Amino acid sequence: MSALTPEDRMTIAAARLLRDRAVVFVGIGLPSKACNLARATHAPGLVLIYEAGPIGAKPSVLPLSIGDGELATTADTVVSTPEIFRYWLQGGRIDVGFLSAAQIDRFANLNTTVIGPYEKPTVRLPGAGGAPEIAAQAGEVFLVLAQSPRTFVSKLDVVTTVGFGAGGNDRQRLGFTGWGPTAVVTELGILRPDPETRELVLTELHPGVSRDQAIAATGWPLRVAANVKPTDDPTDAELSALRSIEARTARRLNP
Amino acid sequence: MSPQMSARPPVEICTLAEAIGRHVADGSRVALEGFTHLIPFAAGHEIVRQRKRDLVLHRMTPDLVYDQLIGMGCAKKLVFSWGGNPGVGSLHRLRDAVEHGWPHALELDERSHADLANAYVAGASNLPFAVLRAYAGTDTPKHNSNIARINCPFTGEELAAVRAVRLETAIIHAQQADRQGNVQLWGISGVQKEAVLAAAKTIVTVEEIVERLEPRPGGILLPSWVVTAVAEVPGGAWPSYAQGYSDRDNAFYQAWDGISRDRETFLGWMNRFVLETRDFAEHRARVGAVG
Repeated sequence: MSALTPEDRMTIAAARLLRDRAVVFVGIGLPSKACNLARATHAPGLVLIYEAGPIGAKPSVLPLSIGDGELATTADTVVSTPEIFRYWLQGGRIDVGFLSAAQIDRFANLNTTVIGPYEKPTVRLPGAGGAPEIAAQAGEVFLVLAQSPRTFVSKLDVVTTVGFGAGGNDRQRLGFTGWGPTAVVTELGILRPDPETRELVLTELHPGVSRDQAIAATGWPLRVAANVKPTDDPTDAELSALRSIEARTARRLNP
Repeated sequence: MSPQMSARPPVEICTLAEAIGRHVADGSRVALEGFTHLIPFAAGHEIVRQRKRDLVLHRMTPDLVYDQLIGMGCAKKLVFSWGGNPGVGSLHRLRDAVEHGWPHALELDERSHADLANAYVAGASNLPFAVLRAYAGTDTPKHNSNIARINCPFTGEELAAVRAVRLETAIIHAQQADRQGNVQLWGISGVQKEAVLAAAKTIVTVEEIVERLEPRPGGILLPSWVVTAVAEVPGGAWPSYAQGYSDRDNAFYQAWDGISRDRETFLGWMNRFVLETRDFAEHRARVGAVG
């Protein structure tokens, strides 16, 4: 089995957040990898919903994109994209929204629109996708993204998706039905919102990562919990399940 | 003359070149829909070959074929909610158009998925706008006059109102049609049905024309009388998936990142593999010949 990478730790830590039989609205990429790892380990009853239409997808390989036939052929049912957003997300049927992003701020707001001014951006990013309404309407939100001063920024050029807005009880003021982001998992550790201010606080560090590393990788003065804990090392079962998913995915691409 | 006097024209079963030539007008509102599955690549190429201009292109998830259309100067405006090379990275031609105005400036009407999905439903339902819970606290409405707030007349609750999608031409790729022009698609079907019903005209490319459509689990049937033209283009969604026919050619999606990064490389590729080919079959043969 190949050596453990920082991304492996991030994926495994993210997978552990999911409780069995939760209904999860899954983003492509790291969120999808974490969800399928959870399904292969401690949460076999996890219900995966992908925004293109598959409900209850049980892919044996990681989907290459949101429209992957692997999702449709293994799903309990496939509905239209409008139905996904209208009945299942807005209708309040989703427990967890699992997302990634290009940039995040201290209140877990996300930017996936542009870097620089909107009318003359230096980098045009893909855009909102499903994230704004997933983050507003899912019961809670898990975020997984790499941590660096370029991704963890003091001010977003565009707020594409609201985490906690300006903090405090902003979500209630905005009329959101979901609780908001409860965990942000990175390759360095895990951040969670302060119960009052909702500012992200570093609560866990992966083994071998120092708090100074996490502070240096954050574009605002990062709050670190007094009792910051180490995450548990991946178990053999977790790691072998992850490698097995990766191997099946690679075999599909290079049969 | 009363409406009953003229018979409904039958579906045109024709070549793709004929369908695009007759039913895609310069400056019109067009969608080539598909949520990374059944992407109408062949139809996009034919639009490039016929050098259509000033199109207002709609698509929830513009991907490689929109990168091609934008880079070749066919688009005036893009109505979209997520633009990327799915699972690979950026769309470099879209980025170049937005960041540097090459080959010319591109207007954006940028939405979220929930918005655009609802906006298609509104268009298909002959409504001017859709109502949904969206955008509270975000910056997106500041940059888009097609997104507004509205109060519920019954409860006073504030909600988002978004302009409907109304198309001149919807273009989709489906697995099958019969000889009467009834169309069936199955698997992940995205907003294709809504796009068709939000459009005045519809062009469908199909993997094959069959004697008889067999009902498929989860299949969507588009009756011939909502379809304007059907063209048989086997593999017309390559390199995307066509469930039951072909898997995604992932190597091409990855290769596109390199082809599209540089303007000259992109133009050279489009010339050699699209403009200098007569149709999609020749395109596939030429791409296949170089591996």
